[in-house]
Amino acid sequence: MGMPFLRELNPIIRFFMRFYPGKEYNTTPHTPLRIPLNECKVALITTAGFFLDGQNPFELNDCSYREIPNSIQTDKLKGGHKSSAYDEQGIETDPNLAFPLDRFRELKAVGKISSLNHRHFSFMGSITKPKSLIENTAPEVAQKLKTDSVDVAFLTPV
Amino acid sequence: MCNQSVGLIQRAVEEVGISTVSITLLEDITRKVKPPRALLVPYNLGYPLGEPNNPELQHAIIAETLALFECDEESPILKVSQQREEK
Repeated sequence: MGMPFLRELNPIIRFFMRFYPGKEYNTTPHTPLRIPLNECKVALITTAGFFLDGQNPFELNDCSYREIPNSIQTDKLKGGHKSSAYDEQGIETDPNLAFPLDRFRELKAVGKISSLNHRHFSFMGSITKPKSLIENTAPEVAQKLKTDSVDVAFLTPV
Repeated sequence: MCNQSVGLIQRAVEEVGISTVSITLLEDITRKVKPPRALLVPYNLGYPLGEPNNPELQHAIIAETLALFECDEESPILKVSQQREEK
């Protein structure tokens, strides 16, 4: 099927993505979901680069992350991921487009999930040198979610 | 490379024993990174859940994504969303 929407990107980005080697794996980690979703504690992870007042904005190729408390109002999120690769208007209008916290609150309200974790995590996108992400920050967030006894992580790009 | 970052983080979280699911906008990248479960959506970069301020569509995409947990195929599971391209 190829990359269906590559035609939408500007030529420089398109050229870059064609030749960017990217990470490639042969195996996949697998943790089956052993309990029904309506008994699960869920955490969200986004790479839209959202952050809150009082937190440092992201920089380019930034492998760090920001903790987003579950109690926040989504309109308080600031968009950090400025990129010519995509149109930012959507997530500026409605952060749920790439960090669907309000939608998951609604799922909790109707009992589709049991609870939301007390914190969620925001990363930057457009990381072309992901070494520190792979070796440090992604495993660190994974451990935090494990400490929190999270059952399900829902991840969204931008 | 957002879609690659999502896959890399997803792999790390799944590795510690937490079940994960993600949305992707770029099929080729996700096929390389091989996260355990991903839904390929027909939208432009910047619009993973379809449209701003469209809770109904966003819920439909989330439901499709969460349904990947019920898929008994061997991972990596990469399914194409049933939503139509709106933009």
